Amino acid sequence: MLILTCPCCGVTGEETEFHQGGEAHLKRFGPGSSDDDFHTYMFAKENPKGAHFERWRHNNGCGKWFIMARDTVTLEVYGTYPAQTHEPPKNIRDAITAKRPGWTWRDFA
Amino acid sequence: MSTRLATGGRLLDRSRTQDFTFNGKRMRGHPGDTLASALLANDQMLVGRSFKYHRPRGIVASGAEEPNALVGLGEGARFEPNQRATTTEIFDGLNAISQNHWPSLEADIGALNSWVARFLPAGFYYKMFMHPRPFWKHVYEPFIRQSAGLGKVPNPGDPDRYEHFHFFCDVAVIGGGVAGLQAALAAAEAGAKVLLMEQTAHWGGRAPVDGGDVDGQPVADWISATLAKLQDMPHVTLRNRCMGAGVYDHGYLLGYERVSDHAPGFDAPRHRLWRIRAGQIVTATGAIERPLSFAGNDIPGVMLASAIRDYAVNYGVSIGDRTVVVTNNDDAYRTAITLKKFGLEIPAILDARQSGGGALADEARGLGIRVETGKGIASVKGGKRVRGVAICAQAGEGAVLEEISCDAVAMSGGWSPVVHLWSHCGGRLIWDEGAAHFRPDPANPPRGANGEGFVIAAGSANGATNLKNVLADAHAAGQAAARATGHAPASGAAPQGTGDDEAPIAPVWLMPQGARYGLRMKSWLDYQNDVKVSDIQLAAREGYESVEHAKRYTTLGMATDQGKLSNINGLAILSDALGQPIPQTGTTTFRPPYTPISLSAIAGAARGPIFQPVRKTPMHGWHEANGADFEPVGQWRRPYCFPRGEEGRHEAVTREIRQTRESVGLLDASTLGKIIVKGPDAGRFLDMLYTGMMSTLKPGKCRYGLMCNENGFLMDDGVVVRLDEETFLCHTTTGGAEAIHGQMEDWLQCEWWDWKVYTANVTEHYAQVAVAGPKARALLQKLSNDDLSAEALPFMGWTEVVVAGVRARIYRISFTGELSFELAVPASRGRALWEALMAAGEEFGVMPYGTEAMHVMRAEKGFIMIGDETDGTVIPQDLGLDWAISKKKEDYIGKRAQERSHMADPNRWKLVGLETLGGEVLPDGAYATAPGHNANGQRNTQGRVTSSYHSPTLGRGIAMGLVRHGPDRMGEVLEFPTLDGGILKARIVDPIFYDKDGEKQNV
Amino acid sequence: MSEAVTPLNGADFEGLATIKDAGLSGMITLRGDLASKEVKAAVKKAVGLGIPLQRQALSGQGTAVLWMSPDELLLLCAYDEVAQKIAALEKALEGQHFLAVNVSDARTVLRISGTGARETLAKLCPVDLSPGAFTPGMVRRTRMAQIPAAFWLDDSGVFYLICFRSVADYAFGALKDAALPGGEVGVYG
Repeated sequence: MLILTCPCCGVTGEETEFHQGGEAHLKRFGPGSSDDDFHTYMFAKENPKGAHFERWRHNNGCGKWFIMARDTVTLEVYGTYPAQTHEPPKNIRDAITAKRPGWTWRDFA
Repeated sequence: MSTRLATGGRLLDRSRTQDFTFNGKRMRGHPGDTLASALLANDQMLVGRSFKYHRPRGIVASGAEEPNALVGLGEGARFEPNQRATTTEIFDGLNAISQNHWPSLEADIGALNSWVARFLPAGFYYKMFMHPRPFWKHVYEPFIRQSAGLGKVPNPGDPDRYEHFHFFCDVAVIGGGVAGLQAALAAAEAGAKVLLMEQTAHWGGRAPVDGGDVDGQPVADWISATLAKLQDMPHVTLRNRCMGAGVYDHGYLLGYERVSDHAPGFDAPRHRLWRIRAGQIVTATGAIERPLSFAGNDIPGVMLASAIRDYAVNYGVSIGDRTVVVTNNDDAYRTAITLKKFGLEIPAILDARQSGGGALADEARGLGIRVETGKGIASVKGGKRVRGVAICAQAGEGAVLEEISCDAVAMSGGWSPVVHLWSHCGGRLIWDEGAAHFRPDPANPPRGANGEGFVIAAGSANGATNLKNVLADAHAAGQAAARATGHAPASGAAPQGTGDDEAPIAPVWLMPQGARYGLRMKSWLDYQNDVKVSDIQLAAREGYESVEHAKRYTTLGMATDQGKLSNINGLAILSDALGQPIPQTGTTTFRPPYTPISLSAIAGAARGPIFQPVRKTPMHGWHEANGADFEPVGQWRRPYCFPRGEEGRHEAVTREIRQTRESVGLLDASTLGKIIVKGPDAGRFLDMLYTGMMSTLKPGKCRYGLMCNENGFLMDDGVVVRLDEETFLCHTTTGGAEAIHGQMEDWLQCEWWDWKVYTANVTEHYAQVAVAGPKARALLQKLSNDDLSAEALPFMGWTEVVVAGVRARIYRISFTGELSFELAVPASRGRALWEALMAAGEEFGVMPYGTEAMHVMRAEKGFIMIGDETDGTVIPQDLGLDWAISKKKEDYIGKRAQERSHMADPNRWKLVGLETLGGEVLPDGAYATAPGHNANGQRNTQGRVTSSYHSPTLGRGIAMGLVRHGPDRMGEVLEFPTLDGGILKARIVDPIFYDKDGEKQNV
Repeated sequence: MSEAVTPLNGADFEGLATIKDAGLSGMITLRGDLASKEVKAAVKKAVGLGIPLQRQALSGQGTAVLWMSPDELLLLCAYDEVAQKIAALEKALEGQHFLAVNVSDARTVLRISGTGARETLAKLCPVDLSPGAFTPGMVRRTRMAQIPAAFWLDDSGVFYLICFRSVADYAFGALKDAALPGGEVGVYG
């Protein structure tokens, strides 16, 4: 069972306080978008072996959504950050690079 | 025979006795006894029967690793099977029974299996029960079920209580032996917050039995002094009878505390599950002695050498008068020396090593004990008890050199570090060739959230051998754990323990090394599951080369002891059969818990009335007092109906509907979700959430809305109320409140975080009552001076009024099709309002109606229900709800998905009403068949029933369903096969069965 | 006019800790920019208190302010003063983007006191309740057994726990079970 640190209220709590919400940094495609773009937005997920960015909500806590960079193999947590951003912060990308040089995740590296 | 010695028994209080029974026979022990030691003191060597062959089984070990001495404890509701006698503390009145035999332990019919053992080899079940296939269900399965399972399940509910406890510390040390004590001390002296757990009732582990000095004092004194030091430290928590059960991700550790197993009747929880988060975990879990594999090594009286020593020293119990010791290492000499000093006879020590032992061997010889090197046991003589051993050269094939009569055999195949907790969460092992064991690989520990190792093995669990090395290793482990949690270790060296110079172990996996088949098929590896050396060799020959496959094929290590004694010996035999080194074979996976823990401890307090939360409305108490027949709706309990007298559900529902349609009824609608959405962008936000246009709703008005997910599927519906220019109140379904509120916050926080909108879930702030029926207004007007006329409060409008002295919001909305008002008052006044309405409505015959009446009435009106008409694959367009979808909006959640080709397919099934030709009620979920068959040979279908009820209003069955091209096929008759093989015919009709023009609700 | 009633109707239990229905409490959810001077002034005006730090509570004479999330406070006051407090907030925050809503009846408040209070809560919540870790003035929103809950510790060592009204019986039952005599863990004095 993971422990997570909510970047919004500062609580470090166990997984049962939180709710996982799937892959992070999705770009929404609405009416007018191509079938391919919409399909990718809805269904094509990275699902990597290694560094991953995922959405979590502190649902039994402050109620805020945030993003966690986590290694799906080792369960190492590279960091958490608030959801109001389009890309992971540099310090977290650096932390991943230190453990997994040459990593990529969608457009990030 | 085994008996109580006149001396010894350091754990006993000999001044007191405790009475217990075994298979109904009265026996006596002392406080401090385990059930195993007390049984042995009463000469009860035979304690059970093995699982497969029903071989007689005696106690082998003295601790958690015991494979044989599994008993049923207690009686009635407190009966519990498969409890290890070696870890059960006795108490006055304890009742134990043995298992897996019929009619009795001594005379067991199942023991016939043993005679045909030759025909029941590994994989027997796989091979035997394959053919003929039809035999499986009626012959094989019942047979296997009959013989499967060890022990009996208690029938009545468990009357004891259990609980969890959450605990946080820097360093958790598992194991209260000398290593654990020293590791805890080193970590605590550095300032770390420490939890030290010991699975038994005693501290110090086996060091007091083995002896030795620490810093010049006897180890037992050092243990007491160290314990006292730890007890004085406020940041140290000590817990005995508490087993480290499992190590999980990110430093999560489960501790299994047996709070009152040893003291039944005491008003306390029976077990407590500690849910621990530790920065670092030190596994000071000790080591387990391995048996040796020789023919007849399962005969009662053959025991681990260390266990025989434990029983003598700790419990003053002798296993026999004449004990032959057989070993491949020096440690077993301690047993011979100990027994000799108790005045017992050691006819011989058989040391399989050609070169023999070290200083301990010299000491044994000095006591006059005969020591034979390069020798082993060819076979053990005896049935239910050891009578003697035949000795042979270890290097040979088992030719008997001599027979020695004895009544006990102390065996030692070396020691395996207890690496279970290290391994649970991914710690790797390395094979130590010199010590012939697997030990933790310090370079590959389990890693935590920060990517660093969070488990450190200490002492003999880390492969350290003597007292000196164990203490040094544990001291370093404690300091390292403290350092890793940010505490600088105090200066000071490890305490100095004595360390005997021991001669190296010689691995012995089979005795004698060239044992012929007849001996190998009597050399037991797994005592509980009856796996022998020959079985593993057969598995290897038949191609089960992976250790995990060989395990499952033979069931080695799959018994309740999870192979604590058998696994290493078994994989060594497998390696030998495959001609590969042991590390290449590797171990099977170590999974938690370390030893079985009670299911009740896992459940904790979640039982009885607090099994799970039951959500109650403010009127719940009234419903209970007035005979409500409740149904669960999510975690809520809602009245399904309110039966009167002898009424059944159907009659009650019919009565409630008639009353409501003809006069007035009340529904407790408090469970409906209520979410406040406020801000300059609230209208824009709701336009995105709902398929319809909400931003144009005027304050004072209500509008029905549909919410889809991004996949386009209909998820929730409800009435949106505009409270003021910036504020909306969104009603959701009963089950949808939390999810919809969560979804709102999701979009606001993760997608449109620049929009100015705040939400609040106020579901439970309000008690909500639907007052429905032609007399609804008349009833309310009795309790309110405010104008409730159609002019003042038109359909789909709302206002604030005072009803029965309570300020309320009142909404003119209807889910029944009748004139209907929904009143919302603060929850704390809900029951008072309800009672006032009931009292004032007496003249109208007012009665409450339940969820079923609500469902029938909405179906009569053709209103959809989320979860009936929808199932996560239905879009609003399927339900003819196009009127609730704005054509003007560029975007809403789900709009793009609804443009996908499959969603826009004209062949999608669409909502219609269904009227059976004979007025019957269609089965809910029934399919309408179509001509032909599909690729699976099933009838083609063209529709299905989504809601189906008997309508008291219309006096017939009514249904709604989704049918291909349904709305274009009005009047057509469909066939619905029923479960009993019949067919019901139903005509496609308009889904609105009652008051098609909506005149009744709009008055 | 009928009397308002709490779901537990004054229930109490004396065990390792004393669990008591704290009675009707005025509770206002205030959402807004907690860093703004307007919100600061409005809270001051309504309940006479400042803005607490992250996961802290401030308490005054019959009032308190709890930090609930980066944009949410819970204001406590007398039950019958809620309307007046909300009016004060709305007046002070006119023109601002905020939400002030009465949630007094949506929740129930339980008072947990006595030497066993910490252990009682620690049996149900995945929170470090040791005296060194959880100190007076702290607020924690978390899970209590199977329900969401929030609690805070006042200066006199009394815990106040808030949960949804509908599960008041469950919350009381779970706390009572955890506080049954004989269940002392013996860890937190």
